Amino acid sequence: MGKTLFDKIWDSHIVMSKAGYPDAVYINTHFIHEVTSPQAFDGLRKRGIPVFRPQKTRATADHNVPTMDQHLPIKEALSRHQVEMLTKNTAEFGVELYGLGHPYQGIVHVIGPELGITLPGMTIVCGDSHTSTHGAFGAVAFGIGTSEVEQVLATQCILQYKPKRMKIEVNGQLKNGVLSKDIILYIISKISASGATGYFVEYAGEAIRSLSMEARMTICNMSIEMGARGGLIAPDETTFNYIKGREFAPQGADWDKALAYWKTLYSDSDAQFDTILSFDAADIEPQITYGTNPGMGMGVTQHIPALGEVEEKERPSFKKSLEYMDLQPGSALLGKKIDYVFIGSCTNSRIEDLRLVADFVKGKQKAEDVVVWIVPGSKQVEAQAKQEGIDKIFADAGFQLREPGCSACLGMNEDKVPAGMYCISTSNRNFEGRQGPNARTFLASPLTAAAAALTGRVTDVRSL
Amino acid sequence: MSKIFQHLISTAVPVPIENIDTDQIIPARFLKATTRDGFGENLFRDWRFDANNQPKADFVLNNSMYSGKVLVAGKNFGCGSSREHAAWAIADYGFKVVVSSFFADIFKNNALNNFILPVQVSEDFLDSIFRAIEADPQTQIEVDLENQFISIKATGEKESFDINPYKKTCLLNGYDDIDYLLSLRQEIGQYETTREFNF
Repeated sequence: MGKTLFDKIWDSHIVMSKAGYPDAVYINTHFIHEVTSPQAFDGLRKRGIPVFRPQKTRATADHNVPTMDQHLPIKEALSRHQVEMLTKNTAEFGVELYGLGHPYQGIVHVIGPELGITLPGMTIVCGDSHTSTHGAFGAVAFGIGTSEVEQVLATQCILQYKPKRMKIEVNGQLKNGVLSKDIILYIISKISASGATGYFVEYAGEAIRSLSMEARMTICNMSIEMGARGGLIAPDETTFNYIKGREFAPQGADWDKALAYWKTLYSDSDAQFDTILSFDAADIEPQITYGTNPGMGMGVTQHIPALGEVEEKERPSFKKSLEYMDLQPGSALLGKKIDYVFIGSCTNSRIEDLRLVADFVKGKQKAEDVVVWIVPGSKQVEAQAKQEGIDKIFADAGFQLREPGCSACLGMNEDKVPAGMYCISTSNRNFEGRQGPNARTFLASPLTAAAAALTGRVTDVRSL
Repeated sequence: MSKIFQHLISTAVPVPIENIDTDQIIPARFLKATTRDGFGENLFRDWRFDANNQPKADFVLNNSMYSGKVLVAGKNFGCGSSREHAAWAIADYGFKVVVSSFFADIFKNNALNNFILPVQVSEDFLDSIFRAIEADPQTQIEVDLENQFISIKATGEKESFDINPYKKTCLLNGYDDIDYLLSLRQEIGQYETTREFNF
């Protein structure tokens, strides 16, 4: 019987598989950042052991960095200390760091791919749930906790139970104004925020195949928002063309050898999945969330479910969520006034996202009372945007182009949406308080966010 | 943090909300510490305290009728971010067991790695626990890891729960994953030399 792509990669990375024990899985690339690594380094110190394979771990500072004046010392003492600890730990243990001021610095899930570190067939982990992003290249990539970060630093392996396999097909072609962000928000709204828990998901079908690498990363990025351990897409010419020539990608004879291997990375036609779901791309319209988990989403022209449409058991949580959002069951969001627009995060901060937004808003002005933050995913994205004149388009539109970091996606630095305000955000989570205490988040695509920036209201991008 | 879990009988704290994400358990702005200590004081911070840092009377952790080492929550507990700080906050506050009808994967691993036992029960049993605590906040819950059951002492209702045998051994004896992985270092080195395509 054939194997799924996930099984091919997982099985070839097993160092030890013993009855009654989880698999010991070898990790090719380990990314770390300032927030979830300090306690892991402390653990190594307590045990008196080194990093086992320091060249297989790369570090950057992203979660807790300011997005203004990065050349100056970080003002907030705790944040400064945390970023300094990363510098100290990586120096002490011999790990490469792309810290503040480094031309490769950026959001960990943006820099891995753009530097050619992320490659098909790899196992990749990071102490961050959006590590699933790297699955877009046909890698088995997933988020881990700090104790597991310590495991990987200590042994280059992780103990894991093999998840079940799910295939999600999106067939047909996308309609105008619909982006990959809309595909994944649509899927999550259909299967819920826990619909893929216990599974590793492979995305397939014509609509997925037609996407660029950036767009594929957006889809895999949000796999965790339906509970999946990770998500991946079989590599193809789009993947190989993206990787070729990047800083750390294989070259010459190594490239040929790698390419031959990568071309074996697909699910065999007779491979068995535990679950298969199919969606039709033509059914997907621009999406927006209305609640406080990413499963609470809908088409931008639709209505929030009325109370009677929600299962009785789920009503208390549904009501609590809408009270937090100050929205009425059964109401529409179209035309709803918004206060902030955030375009950024590991979901949608790549150069393609910025180009798309710039094309859309060129020569136009933001609505007067809306604050618009554009936070590029990396120093390289920022530099590219400036080279292409995108910074000027944003400046003319009244948008603030900031410096790279996770920023208002999780509001760990000072980029917080004020209490009670509505933010339309290209990030991945609309949890209570995610963008700041009592901030209210509508998740959407970069185009839907750009449309709202111009009108100051929740807008159907197809109407502009 | 006690590196062992075997058996307990305790009152429980009910939080009957579904999809409790790790941002609720510990908001991002409290993740700036570089040690594992002290996260308990910010457990459920924004449900527990208002904008002026005053306790919100309607939240269960501020209600003196409820206490104990068992946290009981609605389905899909611990979804969202992989932050282990969520498990550290729960442990630091003093919980040893979290009961829900469904756990997010990463949280479950993080909990076990911190010797907190996630007990997954049926929806019906979860409802029974919530009802029992509502009727009497002093309801005693028994959790027996060796025999893998959870029971409501007052009513005698009982359900068995699953746990992987490896993790069960770790919890009962205080072993952790790194001890096991470090014992495999020779095999790991061997794997590296034999793999045809090593990045």
